[in-house]
Amino acid sequence: MALLQISEPNQSPAPHQQRLSAGIDLGTTNSLVATVRSGLAETLPDAQGRHLLPSVVHYREDGSVSVGYRAKSGAQGDPLNTLSSTKRFLGRGVADVKTLGTQLPYHFVDIHNGMPKLRTIAGDISPVEVSSEILKSLAQRLRDSLGGEPEGVVITVPAYFDDAQRQATKDAARLAGLKVLRLLNEPTAAAVAYGLDQRTEGVIAVYDLGGGTFDFSILRLNKGVFEVLATSGDSALGGDDMDRLIATWLMQQAAIADDADHHQMRRLLDDACRIKEALTDSETFAFSIEKENGQFWEGAMDRAQLQQIIDPLIRKTLIPCRRALSDAGLDISEVEELVMVGGSTRTPRVRELVGEFFQRQPHIDIDPDRVVAIGAAMQADVLVGNKQDNQMLLLDVIPLSLGLEMMGGLAEKIIPRNTTIPAARAQEFTTYKDGQTAMVIHVVQGERELVSDCRSLSRFELRGIPPMAAGAARVRVTFQVDADGLLSVTAHEATTGIESSIQVKPSYGLGEEEVARMITDSMAHAREDMDARNLREQTVEANRVLEALQAALAMDGEQLLSVGERATIEASMQRLRDRLKGDDWTAVKAAVSALNHNSTEFAARRMNASIQIALAGQQIDKL
Amino acid sequence: MAISVTDSAAERVAKFLANRGKGIGLRLGVKTSGCSGMAYVIEFADELGEDDSVFEVKGVKVIIDAKSLVYLDGTELDFTREGLNEGFKFNNPNAKDACGCGESFNV
Repeated sequence: MALLQISEPNQSPAPHQQRLSAGIDLGTTNSLVATVRSGLAETLPDAQGRHLLPSVVHYREDGSVSVGYRAKSGAQGDPLNTLSSTKRFLGRGVADVKTLGTQLPYHFVDIHNGMPKLRTIAGDISPVEVSSEILKSLAQRLRDSLGGEPEGVVITVPAYFDDAQRQATKDAARLAGLKVLRLLNEPTAAAVAYGLDQRTEGVIAVYDLGGGTFDFSILRLNKGVFEVLATSGDSALGGDDMDRLIATWLMQQAAIADDADHHQMRRLLDDACRIKEALTDSETFAFSIEKENGQFWEGAMDRAQLQQIIDPLIRKTLIPCRRALSDAGLDISEVEELVMVGGSTRTPRVRELVGEFFQRQPHIDIDPDRVVAIGAAMQADVLVGNKQDNQMLLLDVIPLSLGLEMMGGLAEKIIPRNTTIPAARAQEFTTYKDGQTAMVIHVVQGERELVSDCRSLSRFELRGIPPMAAGAARVRVTFQVDADGLLSVTAHEATTGIESSIQVKPSYGLGEEEVARMITDSMAHAREDMDARNLREQTVEANRVLEALQAALAMDGEQLLSVGERATIEASMQRLRDRLKGDDWTAVKAAVSALNHNSTEFAARRMNASIQIALAGQQIDKL
Repeated sequence: MAISVTDSAAERVAKFLANRGKGIGLRLGVKTSGCSGMAYVIEFADELGEDDSVFEVKGVKVIIDAKSLVYLDGTELDFTREGLNEGFKFNNPNAKDACGCGESFNV
C-alpha cells in the first residue's frame, strides 16, 4: 500500500504519478540524500538511522562491493582496495592526478585516452565508477524511502568544478541509473536551503569548512537568479587540521614524544576531535588520554585554550574570503547574508570569528552537514514540477581568464576570470607585417602576462587576408562561452569577410589545485610579469621599427640622406640592437624613442618624395 | 458525517503546516482517476470553498468538499512508516476494493 504525501493545492498527482525527486550531496568524505515530502525537505537515514554515507567503496576479489560505513571499517585491513576521497580525481586527467595522488596509497594506472584508473583486486576502477557505487547506494535508500522510482535528482558539485568534473559527475549518475535534472553548485544549494532564493536580490556569502577542504563562494541573487560572483578556498584546510593542532598540543602537554607511532597518533587525533566537539557545547572539558606506555594522562581544556590553538587556522580561512571579495569587486558591507556549511562550522569560535569578519550573524539553523543536500532536494522538487510558481535559474562563472597570444608571446585577456557565463567578448586585431596574409590565433587560459606561463588551449589560422600594409587589416576575434562552458573562438577579417573558428572546452583536465595555483602564481609574479610584458612589448616595437627602417634605408637611403645623416641613424639603430640584448625594458624604450627622433627627418623626406612621385605629371584639378 | 485523524497523523500535519509557513488546514478529497476509479487527494489548503466542510480534529483543520465527503465519511487518516518509507494512509470504510497500490479505490 503506497503511502501518500501532502501536495500543494491543486498539485495532487494522479495515482502512480507521484513526482518523486531527491537532492544528492556527493561529498569528498561523506554523501547524503534528501527529499521533499509533504513540503518538508529532510535528509534520509539508512535502516540504522544514519544520515551520512561515508564516500568510501570497498572492492572485493569477486567484484562485489560494499559502500559506506562497512567499506570504511575495512579501510585499515585492506587499504589498497578501499577507495575514499576519489571525488578529488573525478574528471581529472592522468597529469592532474599525479600531482594529487602522492598522499594517497592507491595504484593509479594510465588507461587509454588519458583517463586514470585505480588498480584494485577487482580490476581497474575509474573514479566515475567509484562515485556511481556511492550514488547507487544512495539511490537504493531513496527508493526504499520514497516507495518508488525517483523521476530525477539534483546532484551538487563544488562551484569551482570544471566541465570535465561536472560531466564525470553526470556520467556517474547515469551509471547508477539516476536521471540528473541538473547539477547545482554546493553554495547555491545551501542558500536555497535557507530560503534565500525567496528574496528578490542580495549578495550572499557561503562559508563551507569541511573536514579537509575549505570553499568560499559569493553569490548574487537578482530577481530570483543566482549568479556565482566569485569562488575561492583552500583544498587542504579543514577540521582535520584543527584536530592535528590540538593533537600537537596534547603531545606537548602530556609529554608524548614527537616520534609517536601510527596507532598513538591515530588515538591522539581521535581524542583531539572528541575534545573539539565537546567544547562546542561546554566551556571546559576534562579527559584522559592513553600514552604509549599504557599509562593515562589526565588533562583538561577550556574554550580559551582551544581558541588559542585554532584561531590562527580560522584566520587563515579569511584570506580566501578577502580574495573572493576583491575578485567580485565587493566590500564586506555589501554581503547581506552569510551561510555556514560543513561540519567544522559547528565550532562556536568559527562562527564567531567569521561572523565578526563579515559583520553578520551567520545562518546556522540547518545542520551544516545536511544543508547542501536539503537545498538540492528543494531544487529537485521544483524541477519535477511539484511547485509551479518557483522557477530558479542558476548561473556559473569561468574560473580562469581566456585570451590569445599576441606578437612577442604576450597573453591578451579577452574574457577575464569570474565573468558569468554565457559570455561573449570581441576585440579587434591587426597584421604585424606588410603583406601578411595569415594570422595564427592561439587561445590561452590563465592569469599570467606571458603565454609561456599560461595554459595553451588551442590554435588555429585565419588565412586569405589580402596583402595590405601592416596595421591595415581589421581582424575581429570573438570569444564566446556558452552556458555549458564551451568556448568558441571566431576570427573575422572585416575587409574580405573571411572567417575561421574553433571550439574548445576551456577547463578540460584542469584541476581545482591547478586553477588555484595559476591564480596565486599570477599574484606572486605580478611585478616580474609586468616587467616581462613591458620588455616584450618594447622588443616587438623595436624590431618593427628596425625592420621598417632597414627597408627604407635600402630603398631611399642613397638619395635622401647625406653620409653623416645616414651614419647617425645607423648608429642609433645599432644602439637599439645592443639594448635589445639586455632585459631592461626602459633602456629599450629610450633607444626606440631616440631612433624615432633621429629618423624623423628621413621619414619626412621619404613622405615628400613619394608625394612628389605621386603628383608628378598630374594636373591640380584632377586631384 | 465524521472524519478522524490518528495522533501521529495530526502531529505530522501540524509539523508540515508549520514548516510551510502558510495555509489554513489540510484538504482531503477524492478525484476520479486511477486504476480503481477513485484517487485520494491530500493537499495543503490555502482557501475555503463554498461547498467545503471543516472538521477540527486534534488541533488540525481538515477541509473536505461536499462531493468528496460522501466517499470519505468515516475515514481515518493515519501516518505510518513502512521500512524506510513513511507517509499518510486513508483507512476508508467506504472503499470496497482498492488497487494493490492503495492510491485509488472503488466504492
